[in-house]
Amino acid sequence: MSNKLPKPEELAQIHWDMPASAWMDTPAVLREGMYCHGVQGKNIEALGMPNPRDWRVEDDDWQLPDDWYNIVMEGLRERLHRFRSLQIFMDICVRCGACADKCHFFIGSGDPKNMPVLRAELLRSVYRHDFTKAGRIMGKMVGARKLTKAVIREWWYYFFQCSECRRCSLFCPYGIDTAEITILGRELLNLLGLNIDWIGAAVAKCHHVGNHIGMEPQTFKESILFLCDDIEEITGVKIEPSFNRKGAEILFVTSSGDFYADPGIFTCMGYLMLFHQLGLDYTWSTYAAEGGNFGFFTSHEVAKLLNAKMYAEAERLGVKFILGGECGHMWRVIHQYMGTMNGPPGFLETPVSPITGTRFDHAASTKAVHICEFTSDLVHQNKIKLDPSRNDHLNVTFHDSCNVARGMGLLEEPRYLIKKTCNHFYEMPEETIRERTFCCGSGAGLHAGEDMELRMRGGFPRANAVRGVRDLHDVNTLACICAIDRAAFPALMDYWAPEVGVMGIHELLGNALVMDGETERSLNLRGEGLPQKPQKDPDVEKSSSSEATPEAEGK
Amino acid sequence: MGLVYALVLVMGLALTAWIGVQTLGLYYLFGVLIPYTAMLIFFLGILFRLIKWARIPNPFPIPTTGGQQKSLSWIKHARLDNPFTQGEAFLRLLSEIFLFRSLFRNLSSRLETQNPSLTFSSAKWLWLFAIVFHYAFILTVFRHLRFFTNPVPWAVKTAEALDGWLEVGIPEVLISGVVLLLAVTLLMARRLLISKLRYISLLNDYFPLFLLMGIAGTGALMRYVFGIDAAGAKQLAMGLVSFKPVIPGNIGSLFFVHLFLVSTLLAYFPFSKLMHPVGIFLSPTRTMPNNSRAVHHENPWNYPVKFHTYPAYEAEFHEKMTEAGIPLDETAPHLKGKD
Repeated sequence: MSNKLPKPEELAQIHWDMPASAWMDTPAVLREGMYCHGVQGKNIEALGMPNPRDWRVEDDDWQLPDDWYNIVMEGLRERLHRFRSLQIFMDICVRCGACADKCHFFIGSGDPKNMPVLRAELLRSVYRHDFTKAGRIMGKMVGARKLTKAVIREWWYYFFQCSECRRCSLFCPYGIDTAEITILGRELLNLLGLNIDWIGAAVAKCHHVGNHIGMEPQTFKESILFLCDDIEEITGVKIEPSFNRKGAEILFVTSSGDFYADPGIFTCMGYLMLFHQLGLDYTWSTYAAEGGNFGFFTSHEVAKLLNAKMYAEAERLGVKFILGGECGHMWRVIHQYMGTMNGPPGFLETPVSPITGTRFDHAASTKAVHICEFTSDLVHQNKIKLDPSRNDHLNVTFHDSCNVARGMGLLEEPRYLIKKTCNHFYEMPEETIRERTFCCGSGAGLHAGEDMELRMRGGFPRANAVRGVRDLHDVNTLACICAIDRAAFPALMDYWAPEVGVMGIHELLGNALVMDGETERSLNLRGEGLPQKPQKDPDVEKSSSSEATPEAEGK
Repeated sequence: MGLVYALVLVMGLALTAWIGVQTLGLYYLFGVLIPYTAMLIFFLGILFRLIKWARIPNPFPIPTTGGQQKSLSWIKHARLDNPFTQGEAFLRLLSEIFLFRSLFRNLSSRLETQNPSLTFSSAKWLWLFAIVFHYAFILTVFRHLRFFTNPVPWAVKTAEALDGWLEVGIPEVLISGVVLLLAVTLLMARRLLISKLRYISLLNDYFPLFLLMGIAGTGALMRYVFGIDAAGAKQLAMGLVSFKPVIPGNIGSLFFVHLFLVSTLLAYFPFSKLMHPVGIFLSPTRTMPNNSRAVHHENPWNYPVKFHTYPAYEAEFHEKMTEAGIPLDETAPHLKGKD
């Protein structure tokens, strides 16, 4: 599949010209490389969701259930009554066009239906036709159209070309949020059994086994212990974390990307080292192992179903609060949904850092603290010793993950940690960071292999900004606090901005952390040689060591 | 296509009113019945729409955050762009309503396909046209209170005096009206000249712009070109608001065209995108504070789901867990009667 991926120079021939035919008269052409495989029946069955079957995107007949039309219309009606967001966003868009060129998928593809306004019109047109008088009477003239099977295909193609990053909603004068449209649009598609398998399979595994990759409890434990062995090799410090331990003070949950794949595992090593150094009374859980939530990319109900385990496990183990690792959509769910969906958790306590005594009042209800908040507090109060010179060979830039940037506002904590753990930090252009950050192009469950062209197109604006600082400041490290970023960026950087590696913030921290009883470090967490002890002229060293920077870890 | 239909529609409306009064003499219809009906539709329509919207719950707190969250005490919190309290959220909403804050952020992107690169520049034109249009519109409406009040309040007189500060022409040119017409024209031009906008524009977008052009245009014609019996117009307006409608002598047909277009706007308002100023008060991404971890938010239709419980999980994996030395839960049902 990826051998069909055009070269960057070819892909970059993007044109934002509009087609001659009106969008409603232009049928969606589902182009290979721009979509993911359809979900397998067994993965829908695993959750007892409707209309399981094996279907192929390439087939003309998607085997929709007989009453597909009524299912969708009833589903839409129900959601209009349940979500004020949907009703308002259907009604008040003035098509001012402010959102049009804010979407990374439009920028990278030039496909007009990737303009947020048109993505919403795909649904709004059907809404107009059946839920407004003008639409019923005047039809196409006022942007109304009847729901057809072709419309379903179009929805499927474009609602799975949106990563729910909410950049458009920041620029919209009324705050119309395409993520809401996409989330609910995907819910409607799921009523017909039309998910993508990359999401559906992860959801089924997470539901049953406890994490997206289907790692059974013993394997989960082995993976973590394997990381501990590596840590011992590198630092001489032996770490013995606990699993499913009742009576621990803190339940630590992170995304499976952190204990499964390179380069997330190096971030996970950072967590393990930090917690060990602090002597933190915490436990991992094999049952609620997954912080990420692909249910959120399926429907609100499935999001709730997967998320429910976190509180259930916290209650069973009798912990005081939950500490969450570096992950984007996991934190959107914890921050904006978890308390409402599955809380309030009366059995937990307002989080207090056992090391500094800081009370995290901003998490007083949900009782979940972000690791960057937790660690920033430690560093600010000088509770850990850091040697940033160990990261001197890294010229770092930081990518704000969409979900924590625009669905939470976690902007300063990670920057504070970067500045404390390394000496060379360079920001990307201001239009591409903080609340205006660009998506990695693979969010919301789209980081599969078969849609690589979509990912490279969607990731172009982000990669372009990275390449800018790479050329300007010799940046060789893209730091981020999101597991999907860590999974998606290596391929994206290889493609658009080679020589830039990808790293979680707690990997930077793990490298800089001075641990009690550690041997002199000669290797970083990836097992590569550390730069020589600081010399007189750090610049000389920088240029020589940038070659030793790990190549971006492709597949 | 939408463009042509919208233009024809507005011209047709104007012609209808013209013929209605000029030829058929339907003064009472166009001067009293239609304005009353339009106003009724306007107020009731907005009210019903508002009630309809407000009755739908916000199941989840989903503000779009535009700055640093409130977290640790030593990190500066962006109170306006990332409001933590209801009060701060209200200030954010006001900044949207009065200053068009989000629109002010607008950027334009430039794509270079040779040696591909993407650059951004500030693009405040839309913000400028929009804010000028809306304030000119409000001021124009406010000035018209002079027709509906007796004596004319001080504030209205002052507004009109300020509006005419240029002191050009007889009668003197009121800036708000001219600016209104100009801004509407610019908004229309933007819609026609930018290909992306033209591509997404519907009849629903062109129609209100032409309608506003028609209203502002007939207003200007009355004031500066043909002149009308302003005293008569006021008499009619006062009659309407005091519910003692009268049709004074000869105000001039142009006035009835103006009034009919205004009536159309009023009646069209509640059923169209023109409801956006009402809708923004209920837009969850802009009205909700970002304190969802600190304050519990209740979803009124929250329902229980059947998640995979720990006992079910342990029942399946207990052997593997035992072997791996992972503690089991003694309360889990499968252990009863075993070992």
